[in-house]
Amino acid sequence: MEIVQKILDGDIRAVARLMRDIDDEIPSAKEVLKELYPYTGKAYVIGFTGSPGVGKSTLVDRLVDKLRAVGKTVGILAIDPTSPFTGGAILGDRIRMQRHFLDSGVFIRSLATRGHFGGLTRSTHDMIDVLDAMGKDIIIVETVGVGQDEIEIAHTAHTTVLVTVPGMGDEVQAIKAGIMEIGDIFVVNKSDREGSRKTIRELRNLVELGLRRHKTEGPPWEPPIIETVASKNKGIDELYEAIMKHKKYLFDNKKTKLERVLFDRAKLHFVGILRDQLFNTVLKRARERGEDLDELVAKIVHRDVDPYTLANKLVERELGDSK
Amino acid sequence: MGSDRKLRVLIAKPGLDGHDRGARVIARAFRDAGFEVIYTGCHQTPEQIVSTALQEDVDLIGLSILSGAHMYSFPRIMELLKEHNAEDIVVIGGGIFPTEDIPKLKEIGIKEIFEPGTLLEDIIQWVKTNVKPRGAAEAA
Repeated sequence: MEIVQKILDGDIRAVARLMRDIDDEIPSAKEVLKELYPYTGKAYVIGFTGSPGVGKSTLVDRLVDKLRAVGKTVGILAIDPTSPFTGGAILGDRIRMQRHFLDSGVFIRSLATRGHFGGLTRSTHDMIDVLDAMGKDIIIVETVGVGQDEIEIAHTAHTTVLVTVPGMGDEVQAIKAGIMEIGDIFVVNKSDREGSRKTIRELRNLVELGLRRHKTEGPPWEPPIIETVASKNKGIDELYEAIMKHKKYLFDNKKTKLERVLFDRAKLHFVGILRDQLFNTVLKRARERGEDLDELVAKIVHRDVDPYTLANKLVERELGDSK
Repeated sequence: MGSDRKLRVLIAKPGLDGHDRGARVIARAFRDAGFEVIYTGCHQTPEQIVSTALQEDVDLIGLSILSGAHMYSFPRIMELLKEHNAEDIVVIGGGIFPTEDIPKLKEIGIKEIFEPGTLLEDIIQWVKTNVKPRGAAEAA
């Protein structure tokens, strides 16, 4: 396919269009992805996550400076939320990354969540593969501003950077499960603000607790806590060093750590594809019988049937035994 | 199988003016119309605008300008789009323009100019009528 060669050559228009087709779920995009797959798996993926407004985009912008200075090419996926009411979105992460717009070594793509929960988009893994195939060395995924449970990024990135700011919550927030457990590196951004010391102390306690609980194979990783002021370019070298250290840790422990990351990512990707395909197949066949999703839902609303029985009936009828 | 094309729009302000109120209002209105709006704010060079439009694969570029520099930046943007074989991207302008400039801008390929007082609904309707999401990449 001509388009495959264009992607491998890094043709901007071809890459941009393929990404669009992936997001819009155009069937031909899957054929291209199949052909691209052998050329993927080379890039290093860094995830940035944290609440809205903690400075993820600005940190990414600064880190890109650093990565470009050491000669790495970079692909960025910046995710913002889709309005649940209109389906529209304002994607504004690029505003903080303007300095890189004319650098041919940097490709930035804004993505809207389009109803997907988990911090990423349904398309993120495919988008990573496209950037990987076009030859980007490092791929940075900036999640939508998250709350407490959007942890898909941890199963997607080699290194997950969790960004927080001083005064974001008390100790109880830190004890909760979920988002606070997934950081390979913690960043306290805007660390020139009041309360920085307290936040760092709380994070340190959390990290120690976490170490005792995570009983996975291989040597443990102690997540470093990095203080930054991204707007003033402070702490960016330290962040870069921490990411490189974590990368080395993964590659030094190939069997127990690196392969685990790759396994988790492939599983999340595959399970998502399988789930979508099963769902679409069942609904398509139901539609062919003249049963529309909204009509099925209406039956549940009217209490004609419970959701479990209806789902079971559909799956059994369309795909055979569902036991 | 949600294979519905979503319209992607870039809203940008070329040049040195920092009055982005109008651009923000239009970005918000486009969001509410169901479009995906890439918003890059003020002080964009024509090169930055075109580079963003290409990477983001937008169907429409909306340029907001109040500085009077449109006769420099608009033609330059059209030129760059042509250089990149991206003339299929529709370009519109909003802001304050001397009446005599409007035909000139249309001549270089700006599809429509919206002046102060235009209703948001009218702009959205214009976009829905005149801008279609582009086709799939050639799988050949």
